[in-house]
Amino acid sequence: MANEEILTVDALTLERHWTLPDRGKVGIVFLIITESVLFSMFVAAYLIYLGKSLVGPYPKDVLDVPILATICLLSSSLTVYLAEHALSKNELGRFKFWWIVTICLGLEFLMATGLEWKKLIYEDHLTISTNLFGTTFYSLVGLHASHVTVGMIFLLVVLAVTLMGFPIQTQFRRVLFLSWYWHFVDAVWVVVFTVVYIIGR
Amino acid sequence: MLRHALLALLQSDVPGLPEHRVANMFNPLASPGASEKEIALLTFAVTGAIFVVVAGLIVFAMWRFRRKPGDDERQEPPQVYGSNQIEVAWTVIPILIVFVLIGVSARVIVGVENASPPPATVKLTLVGHQWWWEVDYPEFKVHTANEIHVPVAHNGSHATYLTLESADVIHSFWAPQLAGKVDLIPNRQNFTWIDPSEPGVYFGNCAEYCGTQHANMLLRVIAQEPADFNRWAAAEAKPAVDDPEMAAAKAMYQSLSCVNCHTIRGTSSRGTFGPDLTHLMSRETIGAGVLTNTHEHLRAWVDDPQESKPGSLMPSMKLTDRELNQVVAYLETLK
Amino acid sequence: MASIDYPLDRPRQEEEAHSFSESLYSWVATVDHKRLGLMYVVSALIFLVIAGIMALVIRMQLMFPDGHVVGPDTFDRLFTMHGTTMVFLVGMPMVAGFSNYLVPLMIGARDMAFPRLNAFGFWIFLFGGLLLYFSYIGGGGLGGAGSAPDVGWFAYAPLTSKAFSRGAATDYWALGILVSGAGSIASAINVIATTISLRCPGMTLSKMPMFVWVMLVDSWLILIALPPLSAAQIMLLMDRQLGANFFDTRAGGSAVLWQHLFWIFGHPEVYILIFPAFAILSEVIPIFSRKPLFGKPAMVGAVVAIGFISLGVWAHHMFAIGMTAWSNTFFAAASMLVGVPTGIKIFNWTATMYGGRIRYSVPMMFCCGFLLHFLVAGLTGIMLAVAPFDWQLHDSYFVVAHFHFTLIGGLVFALMAGMYYWFPKVSGRLLSEKLGKWSFWLLVVGFNMTFIPLHFVGFLGMPRRIYTYTADRGWNTINFVASIGALIQAVAIACFAWNVLYSLKKGEHAGDDPWDAWTLEWATTSPPPEYNFEKLPVVRSGRPLWDLKHPHDPDWKYE
Repeated sequence: MANEEILTVDALTLERHWTLPDRGKVGIVFLIITESVLFSMFVAAYLIYLGKSLVGPYPKDVLDVPILATICLLSSSLTVYLAEHALSKNELGRFKFWWIVTICLGLEFLMATGLEWKKLIYEDHLTISTNLFGTTFYSLVGLHASHVTVGMIFLLVVLAVTLMGFPIQTQFRRVLFLSWYWHFVDAVWVVVFTVVYIIGR
Repeated sequence: MLRHALLALLQSDVPGLPEHRVANMFNPLASPGASEKEIALLTFAVTGAIFVVVAGLIVFAMWRFRRKPGDDERQEPPQVYGSNQIEVAWTVIPILIVFVLIGVSARVIVGVENASPPPATVKLTLVGHQWWWEVDYPEFKVHTANEIHVPVAHNGSHATYLTLESADVIHSFWAPQLAGKVDLIPNRQNFTWIDPSEPGVYFGNCAEYCGTQHANMLLRVIAQEPADFNRWAAAEAKPAVDDPEMAAAKAMYQSLSCVNCHTIRGTSSRGTFGPDLTHLMSRETIGAGVLTNTHEHLRAWVDDPQESKPGSLMPSMKLTDRELNQVVAYLETLK
Repeated sequence: MASIDYPLDRPRQEEEAHSFSESLYSWVATVDHKRLGLMYVVSALIFLVIAGIMALVIRMQLMFPDGHVVGPDTFDRLFTMHGTTMVFLVGMPMVAGFSNYLVPLMIGARDMAFPRLNAFGFWIFLFGGLLLYFSYIGGGGLGGAGSAPDVGWFAYAPLTSKAFSRGAATDYWALGILVSGAGSIASAINVIATTISLRCPGMTLSKMPMFVWVMLVDSWLILIALPPLSAAQIMLLMDRQLGANFFDTRAGGSAVLWQHLFWIFGHPEVYILIFPAFAILSEVIPIFSRKPLFGKPAMVGAVVAIGFISLGVWAHHMFAIGMTAWSNTFFAAASMLVGVPTGIKIFNWTATMYGGRIRYSVPMMFCCGFLLHFLVAGLTGIMLAVAPFDWQLHDSYFVVAHFHFTLIGGLVFALMAGMYYWFPKVSGRLLSEKLGKWSFWLLVVGFNMTFIPLHFVGFLGMPRRIYTYTADRGWNTINFVASIGALIQAVAIACFAWNVLYSLKKGEHAGDDPWDAWTLEWATTSPPPEYNFEKLPVVRSGRPLWDLKHPHDPDWKYE
């Protein structure tokens, strides 16, 4: 009898103080982990095949360091943070402003990548099948760009529903997780940039 | 019929050599195979002991602690949660066993992989193709296919060093009684060595799936006494036999597109996609071991290789009977 | 009374009659973890039968030398599809099915953390599988070449390049598995989020059932091991479709790169596959021995250790490619080391039985089968880890025998234990013990008859993946016996299938807790209601039902 009473009291206390991490946080963190492994494989392939192309063009011949695009993408991490921070304090106007800036910066990055590829393909005649450099360059940068694109789509969806009047502050958690994904995409760019444009040239 | 059978016997360049068709790795006849067998036996001993002890414990527990008919259903046995000492014990002991095995393995790995070539070494290059073996002895100027002649190694001399390459996909050289397998990988050179201690024909297979006829990419390593090997090599290095009586048959052969894939040294047949046929009749088998080298088989093969080796990359040339007879007759002069 | 509903045998509620389309819709649109878990397991079983029939045809072709049951093209497709199906369309959905069904129930939750992601994961797994099988029809490609993939389940480059694999067969292999893999990743993220975020009050990580722990580590492994495969398959598709040069040796690419990427996935994959067996054994053996799992903290440590070490042993599949002596030694050492925590688990399960009062119901029989078979498998694995021995055994039937010992003797036996154990919870009815014992003994006899001899043809030089062999190699008798064993295994599986179908309709009613068990899934009805528990439980030990059944000697007094 005495044991049962103790158990009941303990149970009530436990229920009141039982807090576990937010499932959304766990989900996005582990998604980022698994995607990091995926990117590592393409980075590894890039590094393994560096200097092994049998024919040109070679990286130092054709690669221009994309300074502006990088500044834009990395700043977009700051702006997305400012946006989500504003949303956490219910400052919708500020949220919308910084969110739009983030989208513009991301778009600039994608456009710069597209222009760079146009030059490489049509002027330098570097395609994915030309040599090992082409193969590993387009696959790695392309994988990253596709992730930026997916992030961009979600950013635009959030913008669209917000502009259409949906109370986005009720979905703050999900906006936060999206911003974490965006930070991840930027962190990957730091690695890709270093490997392709600094080490690789 | 009898004449053909006798011819078949005599055609073999290796009359009287014992054939090791059952390639038992536990009956090694070369040093790499022997050291692999030794380490295998040690591993058996260790794992066998582990099996006896652990399986014994499992079976003992299964039997001794079974519920017996008279047991009270509601009485639970003592609830034991664990024991730190036992956990430590059965962690440490296996780790020690593993360290022993690692040490022994390391020694054998280095011994086999980093062995320096003993004197009087024969060097050959083996190139894997779908589904045949190209065999090249640069020092002897011998270029042949599928049957790999090597000298018997006496007292550490006359070992054979093989450089392994591939012309297409990954293959693997495995003659179990001689050595463990090593892969033939395109764009890469691998090395292995064998020193057969007894004359014989050692059987093996390609051991890496390489497509449709992987099963019929067979290996024959023919170890001969050094004098016999040298004689064989000298004969192989000569250009093709040119029998003036076979001029018409030879002309027929050379008019067909066989010459685009096969080489017959000393003639205009200089293709390299298929095996070298210069001394075709010195081989026991054709089609990389799928058929013995008899008149009937040779004829059937040239007529339609797809019958014996479906998927083989040699097409049926759809020769007429007359063409076929002449081609086969010519090929049979290539001793 | 404590805030957990004590299992009582409640009268079954009569189900309302639903129309067929209503029923169908409820299954297709479900996000209920129990239904999705069941769908995963049922899909896996259907693929098991399909791939099993392929194995039977393979064994019939190899029963006699110079076999003419099928030609080389068909044979090559059979062993490729058999392996690919068994690993990706039987093993992986079993992982997802068992974890999705049981984890929420065992931790006292109402569903998984992401129910819709769960549904997405299942349907994309199924779609990927169907895409793979569509290759039989659609693999024709140009010139009618190609059909189902025939490149082996590990699809080495450059055999998989466009030059050597014409038609679309290899593309279906890569794409089907790539798509299916997305389902595994979704499921893994879901399991991790569920175990971290949805445990009921009082269930600290140390009080989580061992089953859940194992599935948690398994999910970690999936998240880390699957991306290398996906990367390799993306690279392969790029090579084949876009002219990329990842594995193109003429452009300087490396055939060995594929092997590294594949086996960085492939070795952890086999642990991913076997972990459900470990999980099941850790639940079933204690119940039927009537003792708690011996050394639970050590078991958790061992599972984590296996997870870590398994990421570093991959090149033991590549001992024959000509790596340096140092590389070979490293991977041999690591591969032997991973046997240590695995052995610890076997010892702990045995120690659980030791001093117990073992009831040999069918689940326990299958567990004992697992223990002995997996011990053999682990030891033949040590033989393969000894690199110089592996130079003879690699790519021979010895390897085939080894991994079938782990997968059939190990995994299938454990899955059988799990299915016999939880079938009553899922369906409300018990499987027939008599049919169960028949299927057990038939499987034991048939399985060992097939795979023990196959070790020995490996010693005698028989390589893998050959569609036939000549009569003079010394392989005839063993292959004949192995093929007879396959027929017996088929009967065993048929017995099991019949047991399931029969018991669904005519099996004895099970009640909430037929086995007198201790974890939370037995604290609700059989089958559980959609919401799992009337009230979410609060627990105080790792064996909450033991505490309820033994209030004067609860577990939390000792933890």
